[in-house]
Amino acid sequence: MPQTAAILLKDLRFGWRKNLPEVLHIADLEVPRGERIFIGGASGSGKSTLLALLAGVNLPTQGEVRVLGEAINRLSGARRDHFRSDHIGFVFQLFNLIPYLSVLENVTLPCRFSHLRRQKAIEAGGDLQTEAMRLLTHLDMAHESLIHRPVTELSVGQQQRVATARALIGAPEIIIADEPTSALDSDMRQAFLRLLFQECDDTGSTLLFVSHDRQLASLFERHIALDEINQADQEGQ
Amino acid sequence: MAILSLALKSLFNRRYTAGLILISIALSVSLLLAVERLRVESRNSFAHTISGTDLVVGARSGSINLLLYSIFRIGDATNNISWKSYKKFAEHDLVKWTIPISLGDSHKGYRVMGTNQDYFRYYKYGNKNSLAFNQGQPFEQVYHAVLGQEVARELGYQVGEKIIIAHGAGKTSFTMHDDKPFEVVGILEPTGTPVDRTVHVPLEGIEAIHKDWIGGRQVAGLKISAEEALEKNLTPKAITAFLVGLKSKIATFRVQREINDYRKEPLLAILPGVALQQLWDMMGVAENALLVVTVLVVFVGLIGMLTVMLAGLNERRREMAILRSVGARPAHILLLVTGESLLLSLIGIALGLLLLYSGLLLGQPVIESRYGLHLPIGIPSMREWIILGLVGTSSLIIGLIPGYRAYRYSLSDGMSMRI
Ligand SMILES: Nc1ncnc2c1ncn2[C@@H]1O[C@H](COP(=O)(O)OP(=O)(O)OP(=O)(O)O)[C@@H](O)[C@H]1O
Ligand SMILES: [Mg+2]
Repeated sequence: MPQTAAILLKDLRFGWRKNLPEVLHIADLEVPRGERIFIGGASGSGKSTLLALLAGVNLPTQGEVRVLGEAINRLSGARRDHFRSDHIGFVFQLFNLIPYLSVLENVTLPCRFSHLRRQKAIEAGGDLQTEAMRLLTHLDMAHESLIHRPVTELSVGQQQRVATARALIGAPEIIIADEPTSALDSDMRQAFLRLLFQECDDTGSTLLFVSHDRQLASLFERHIALDEINQADQEGQ
Repeated sequence: MAILSLALKSLFNRRYTAGLILISIALSVSLLLAVERLRVESRNSFAHTISGTDLVVGARSGSINLLLYSIFRIGDATNNISWKSYKKFAEHDLVKWTIPISLGDSHKGYRVMGTNQDYFRYYKYGNKNSLAFNQGQPFEQVYHAVLGQEVARELGYQVGEKIIIAHGAGKTSFTMHDDKPFEVVGILEPTGTPVDRTVHVPLEGIEAIHKDWIGGRQVAGLKISAEEALEKNLTPKAITAFLVGLKSKIATFRVQREINDYRKEPLLAILPGVALQQLWDMMGVAENALLVVTVLVVFVGLIGMLTVMLAGLNERRREMAILRSVGARPAHILLLVTGESLLLSLIGIALGLLLLYSGLLLGQPVIESRYGLHLPIGIPSMREWIILGLVGTSSLIIGLIPGYRAYRYSLSDGMSMRI
């Protein structure tokens, strides 16, 4: 059986509301499994919007979004939410963590919503806590003093590493990172990316990395400029 | 369940505000339950102010009026009953016992009631309870008195105390029967009825202190000392009212009709149970007003919860977006936020019950001894469960408001981070 692409977009169109201009029009985009992709583009060009479409949080007005071979735009809302929790891990820009949960609870959060990732995590580590600790150790976040601190007291870089462990737990096929490094200084940025790459390689995950920091683009296997592949009229912007 | 444990943790994270909401809900719920319990018990005890008495008889007037002055010692009789009429019915074939009542005098604001020893034998209140003595015994001589519990407590009287009876009712009566003091020989146990506020003396005592009085005035020059009065005939010429116990309840209406149709004197016989019910219904408005106020207090508590939940919602949009990104459905978000309100109110209700029962445990002996009102500490009644159910349901409905808003936010925001 030939491996289906991680992501396949066909003639995708999206506008936030009927009376607003179209934000995205992408004729064709394919991302093979295991690839590390950098998605660049100006602010407001629709990068986050594209990620929301890939995650099945928003639906395209037209066209097809295939993730791991599944046409998620044809799934029901509940199935899409389920699909997302099973197969996609997220890291966002800032304040990624649920303030009232501990570090470990934040890391294992996806396992509350996805049975599949829960099982994979338990298979990998023996139990959820051990697996979470293993990931945190890889990210150099497993110190006793850090683990038991309220997440709101962690530094931005530490928060990003906890969020990364959360995205990675249960080895989802796709990791989506929306400007995860924009709040980090350049040294931390490099270190963070190294860790992220290593983890994705270990699990064979596909990485979609959004940023407007072009310097980072060279570190990735492939580089997509959203402004170039997006055919939507941007004159209103 | 995963979402409810999140809700608990989120509440714990905001434990100071959540604690304040809990306190207000717990207080209002326990207040509501306490008012309900007091209402039911006071209605109960009111309906049992007098029991075992089949008829109350007085001069013809309104039945509520008769009940008020004969049982509650409120207001005055318009007329007396002649001793002859009383005797006639006291010796009636169907009548088992009677208790004569003679009112009109007072002691420091407490009504003085002339009666005979049958009062201690036959008078019943509550669940057919007889009067019991805390100290001493029933009166035996003309100048003896038996005090209700409140009279003794408020005035600090003991057995052996000499008391002076004032002519007429009211605290400010200036004419005293100070030539004929009465000796306290007994103090009753609390009953929670007007008996507690009554000074009981023999009918002969009432007669004796009025021997030198004619038409409500002490007749100058006609001084009769306490000892001299004892020599005279002390059978009263009239009494205020009397209570009747029948040999068989079946005869109640027959005897009632006979008394009401009595030719020689206009009399009125009433069934105390019926009159008590009428009286309570008249007071029902106040009772309901109290209940409405406490229901509103609970409502205010829930509105407080709504305010806090809604106010906190906007700053939680990021949290919602994160939850959505890890696979939470909008329905989960609804459940999370509504669940928080529901948890708050359920814990609040539980705390309210705890508060109620600790209050009851502490207050029950005091209330019982001071007001004679027995508040049971049993499990909540059906009505109380229904009240709790209604509080729970309203909090669920109120909790759905922020829940629905969060649901709308999570639909429109998706994973985008607002704020
Ligand atoms: N929830 C929304 N409702 C309506 N319009 C939206 C919404 N979110 C984004 N937009 C609009 O869609 C367009 C693309 O926004 P998007 O957030 O995808 O940009 P971006 O490329 O991620 O920008 P940035 O680099 O600043 O994050 C913008 O014009 C924005 O105003
Ligand atoms: Mg963006």
